Amino acid sequence: MRLRRWRRMSVPYALALLGSAWMIVLFLIPLISQLSVSLMTGDPEQGYNLTWNFGIYAELFGPGAAVPYALFLGRALLFGGAATLITILVGYPVAYFLAFRVPRRWKTPLLSLVVMSLLVSFIIRTYMWGFILGGHGPILTWLRALHLAGPDFHILDTAGAVIGGLAYNSFPYMVLPIYAVLERIDPRTFEAAADLYASPRVGFFRTTLPLSRAGIFSGILLVFIDSVGDPVNSQLLGGKTTYMIGQAIQDSYLIQQQYNVASALSAVLMLALGVILFAYARFFGTENIEDLV
Amino acid sequence: MTIEERRARIGRRPGFVLPAIYWVVIAVTLVPIVAMIAYSFNIAPNHRITFVWHGFTLAYYLHLTDLSGLWQAFLVSVVIAVLSALISLVIGLPLALALDRYRFRGRSLIWGIVFVDISAPSIVVGAASLSFFLTINLHTGFLTILLVHVAFNVAYVVVTLRSRLSGMGTVLEEAASDLGARPIPAFFTITVPLLMPGIVASFMLALTMSIDDYVITSFVAGSSTTFPLFVYGAKTGMPPQVLCFGTIIFVAGALLALANGALNRKSSF
Repeated sequence: MRLRRWRRMSVPYALALLGSAWMIVLFLIPLISQLSVSLMTGDPEQGYNLTWNFGIYAELFGPGAAVPYALFLGRALLFGGAATLITILVGYPVAYFLAFRVPRRWKTPLLSLVVMSLLVSFIIRTYMWGFILGGHGPILTWLRALHLAGPDFHILDTAGAVIGGLAYNSFPYMVLPIYAVLERIDPRTFEAAADLYASPRVGFFRTTLPLSRAGIFSGILLVFIDSVGDPVNSQLLGGKTTYMIGQAIQDSYLIQQQYNVASALSAVLMLALGVILFAYARFFGTENIEDLV
Repeated sequence: MTIEERRARIGRRPGFVLPAIYWVVIAVTLVPIVAMIAYSFNIAPNHRITFVWHGFTLAYYLHLTDLSGLWQAFLVSVVIAVLSALISLVIGLPLALALDRYRFRGRSLIWGIVFVDISAPSIVVGAASLSFFLTINLHTGFLTILLVHVAFNVAYVVVTLRSRLSGMGTVLEEAASDLGARPIPAFFTITVPLLMPGIVASFMLALTMSIDDYVITSFVAGSSTTFPLFVYGAKTGMPPQVLCFGTIIFVAGALLALANGALNRKSSF
């Protein structure tokens, strides 16, 4: 009897074992051990030793930092925030249109058009934008021919180009979760609002928008986090004045091979994102975090 | 009145602002895709794409493998995508079952790890994985790419499957066990077929996530090259064959999506 009970009890652990072990060993442990790498000192030739060098954080982000990492982080948060805001402002009407203004049989095809860009490799997509907006591209050629742009006018290498690239690349990840929550709203809610003499505008701000909060939050999680850390858009569409923290992490790891610096930068990036998203969740209130995944 | 009719009534005000926003968005979405397809057919004098139209050619499609490294990188990407999707399905399905059907110690901890795994920025995951492999002295290359791709794909598989599982309920499985089915045959004859749409969806998601990943892979690739790494490396100019591969992947993906849509439409009647 006891053996049988023990076997029943162990079923969920046996089922969960491999999947959770893989995530713990190859995701969670690296993520945590990275913190200890940031406290090491040394160089790639001699190797790194753990010396509990907490000073590195002040060295990298303090006022006298040799490389302005705080600026790169601030810029990344600003660009990522701007891109997220654009995807919400444009993505919400698109999701609303698909959820409420499109006949049922057209929903899937029209939604597929929105996510179509995901079928093209992320790097090719971004590269093609650079190709189109670049100095020899059609847009600038026409603008110059029409004398709307001077010879020095450029689109690439600007904050706008990088923010636009970030917004373009993450757009589907904002529309999908908002569409999913809008689809689940019971239409009787709107009738109730109308019966209670709410104008369409008031009805929207008092029923639809609050009910779609969870979708907006999932969208923000997906878009903001990856935009802030992204090294590709600012590399392919930007220049020196758009250098972001993601590029700094990649360069200090792969080019300068300063592992402790790269680890410290990514630890601070994680912390900054965590604080901002936690504050957002507290401020706008959100349901059980499990519902968001 | 059915739910659908009620929905339709909400949308009875015609309005053109929303459709206009939608179609502008689609037009912008199309810009780089159309450029990619069009310029894959343009003659490129120095084997780098240019804006000037030099004439239509199929040469780069006929000589896809001429560009050394690209074909190999593409194969590496496909093999890693398929393997990582399969492995994450095999280890992710039992985990999703455990999380959905059982209450056990550590459940919310594991769910938390899944959540962080999905939301952690790629750049941090890449840097952390490389630190880890350097610490344990594991040589980076094909194997480390695969290990890390499974580590992020498991989370996507678990989330997709769990939402299907919780929508499915356990009624049919209970019926099977009442009729005397042993748990394991019941799982394969009842649960798996019911879960098939979720299994296909999570497999496709994992495939896409793996084949398109640049940021994480750039850290753990060592001397291996995947398709996104190869494309990113072509900074001095894009060889036209890259656009051909991009176009082929796009067309294949679009056809799969169409076939899937047609099948779903059929089965819903």
